Parts: sequence; C-alpha cells; structure tokens
Amino acid sequence: MPKKKDAKKIVFQSADEMPMMPMSIGSMLYNKTGSWRNIRPEIRLEDCIQCGICWKFCPDMSIGIENELPVVDYDYCKGCGICAEECPVKCIVMVEERK
Amino acid sequence: MKKVMMGNHALSYGAMLSRAQVIAAYPITPQTQVVELLSEMCADKTLDAKFIKVESEHSAMAACIGASITGARTFTATSAQGLALMHELLHWASGGRLPVVMGNINRSMAPGWSIWSDQNDSLSQRDTGWMQFYCASNQEVLDTVIQAFKVSEALAIPSMVILDAFTLSHTYEVVDIPDKAKVDEYLPPFKPPYRLTPDDPHAFNGLTSPEHYFELRYKLQKDMEKVPALIEETGREYEKLFGRYLGLVDDYLCDDAEIILVTSGTAGYTARVAVDELRGSGVKAGNLRMKVFRPFPFEVVQRILMRAKKVAVVDRNISYGHHGIFAQEVKSALYGQAGDIPVFGFIAGLGGRDITPASFREVVDYTLSHDTPEDNILWIGVKK
Repeated sequence: MPKKKDAKKIVFQSADEMPMMPMSIGSMLYNKTGSWRNIRPEIRLEDCIQCGICWKFCPDMSIGIENELPVVDYDYCKGCGICAEECPVKCIVMVEERK
Repeated sequence: MKKVMMGNHALSYGAMLSRAQVIAAYPITPQTQVVELLSEMCADKTLDAKFIKVESEHSAMAACIGASITGARTFTATSAQGLALMHELLHWASGGRLPVVMGNINRSMAPGWSIWSDQNDSLSQRDTGWMQFYCASNQEVLDTVIQAFKVSEALAIPSMVILDAFTLSHTYEVVDIPDKAKVDEYLPPFKPPYRLTPDDPHAFNGLTSPEHYFELRYKLQKDMEKVPALIEETGREYEKLFGRYLGLVDDYLCDDAEIILVTSGTAGYTARVAVDELRGSGVKAGNLRMKVFRPFPFEVVQRILMRAKKVAVVDRNISYGHHGIFAQEVKSALYGQAGDIPVFGFIAGLGGRDITPASFREVVDYTLSHDTPEDNILWIGVKK
C-alpha cells in the first residue's frame, strides 16, 4: 500500500483486470474527504489523559495514536466534532477553518 | 428419507442440508415457519449455524451481507412488505457479488392488507440483479435451495427461491430428503475468491468513480448470462446424485402442442390438469412452466414456444400501465422470431384468488376462439 502522499489514482484498463466487486479500488487514496471540513479538531496534548476515546469514537478512523498520543489525520477528518464531544477532559476544541 | 412437510419447512431443510452458516431473519406471515424451524435446528445443533435475530428485514439482509462478505454461507427468508423493505440491500448483495440465498413466499403487496399469494412482491425486485427461481412443489423448493447455493457461489450472484403463499408455503406434501453426505458431495464448502479477513485486508464496496462503475455492472450482466447453462449443468449433476433434474423450465406435452400455456408457481401444476382435459377432447395443448425467471431463459423459451401456433401466458402479477410481467417477457423473447406467434396475456389470481382448472379452461376457450387477443390484458375471474 503506497503512502497517501505518493498515491496514484488506480485506473483499470479493462473489465478483466478488475475484481468482480468494488474491492480495494483505491478511490480513497486520492479522494481526500478532509476538504469537506468546516471546523477542525485541535487537541491540547498537554491536557490529554491518553484514554483513547477520541480514537475509538472517530467514525472515519481519522485519529491515530502515535507515541501514546492522538494525532488527527486532516486529509480525511471531516470535522464532525464527535471526538471533541466525547473527550472526557475537553482537550479537543473545534476551530473554524479559514481559507 | 421421505417426510411429509409444508413448503416453508422444505426451505428450512434446503438451508440445513446446504449447511448455511449464518441465518438472519425477521418473521412475517406467511414465511414465519421457515425461520422458526431453522432457529430450532440451530438450537438443537441439527444445523451448526449462527442465527441472528434482527429488528427488521432491512437489517436481516444487512446481516446476511456482512456475514457473506466474510465468506459464510448465508440464508434468509421473507415475504411481500418484508422483501420491499429489503430492496436497498438487495442491490448491495448483488452489486457486492455476495451469493446470499433467500426464500421468498409470494404474498400480495398491501394495501389492501393481504397475506395471500401473488407475485408482485418478487417481480418488483426483478432488476436488482438477483436470480429468481419459481417453485411448484415442496420437493422442488428443497432441491432448488441446494442448487441455488451452488449456482450462486459459482458466479457470485444472489438467489431468490420463490413459492406461493399457502398453496405451497402451508401445503403439506411428501418430500424426499436427500442424504446429507451426498449433498456435501454436490455442494462443497463456500470458498469465495475474496473475503473480508484481517489476514488479507481489503476495503469493500467503497466509492466507485465513473471510471470503474460501468465495468462492474458489465461484469455482473456477463456472469448472469452464464447462469442458464450452469443451471442445466448443475441440474443434471443433481439428477445423477438424487434422481431429479432441476432445469430452467418444466415443459409438459409441448412437443406437438398447438397451444402452449405459459405459467409459473403452483398454477403451473394446475395448468397440467387443464392440458390433460384438453388432450382428452382432442386439443393439442401443452404447458410451459417457467422455473427460472431471472436470468430470463430466452433460448429454451424461444425453442419451445416457436413450435406453437398460439401462446397463452397466465400471470399472477401485473405491471400497472403495462401487461402481466411474464407476458411482457415472453413477448420480448419472441420478438423478431419467425412465425409472429400471437401471445395472449391473461391475468388471474391476484391477492390469492384461486387459479383453478376452470380458470385455465376459460383461458384456453378464449385463446382457441380468437385469432389475436382483443386486449393486452385478458382478465380471468375478475368481477368487472
């Protein structure tokens, strides 16, 4: 699996090359849904208690854990705010995006 | 072993002998006994399967899809409003190429609220990419479930095994229950080429751009086109093991017939009585009972009907603003064929009104006494 930044669009040249079902056709490698976001989660890591609730609740798997701390993947985070809502110590705040 | 059983239980036995691994279902009259018996079989370990209780038919099919994508052999059953509620998920199963097998008991769509039989529920799902088998006896129901799994899994296309409410679902008949070891020989375990597993992670059924969607649909159609030959092949294989051939159609005295009735479901057996009577009075009649409706078996239908002078299709269904649905399809199959055979389209038995030998006598009397039909729909037994 290539890293997202190096991802190239997968284009099958014929029906025969394709799996019969829509399976791993790579559409999300270039379809960066983070661009839909109006508000972004920002995490004050100094207040984080490393409970993992934001990671668990994110419906788009856009929060990873690196060195025991949450990291938002802004390529895919749509800004739904569930992580901020669920954070027990309220160290995630939703901030308006600016162009 | 022979056993007297209702049509619904013939579906359950078919699923049990096929060793379904996941069953998710929601009860609805007249389907309830199908899943009632399966839940008992799961409880007493006659069948080693996970039985998932759900809160709706939409969820039942969703659970079947989830199970099937992991590589489990999956079965469910429903009827009428329940099937309609599944509609969205029927596309997910066929588009995701998941060989779920489902029993559907033909029940008329409400309103008026009805539990009795007609085919508008399943025929409303005609274009969802499911195979459709219409059965006429409890033996055929049981045998067809096993064959449906085999054909579905070979081509990754889901199947509906369909029977009439009450005239089959609740009617008791003698059924020969095939030997389990021989069924295992006929139907080996389900091994899909791709499945959802942590060992080989894949994303399924995600966003598909215009660059690829078209090809997926092309591939589904191309595989649908392989079904008729595979049904005949697996039907012969079934006959070798169990002595019963499972084909695309059941043609009765069609070889020299001048008038051929086209029927489906239990009415297809009633039609034989009418054919026998007609033969007795010197009329060369025959009956073509359609077993497989999707994919439509063009070749065999053309071959058989081309011999006739007149064709009378009896539909227990209607496409409002068009004709009876089998009549439409028969006409489309005969389009451009030599002979320009007149097709008479009759509609009978909606909402569970009985289709009797007398109904067929009326059909035949009309067809014999007219060169061409006076209308696109000829109504049998309606109080006009």
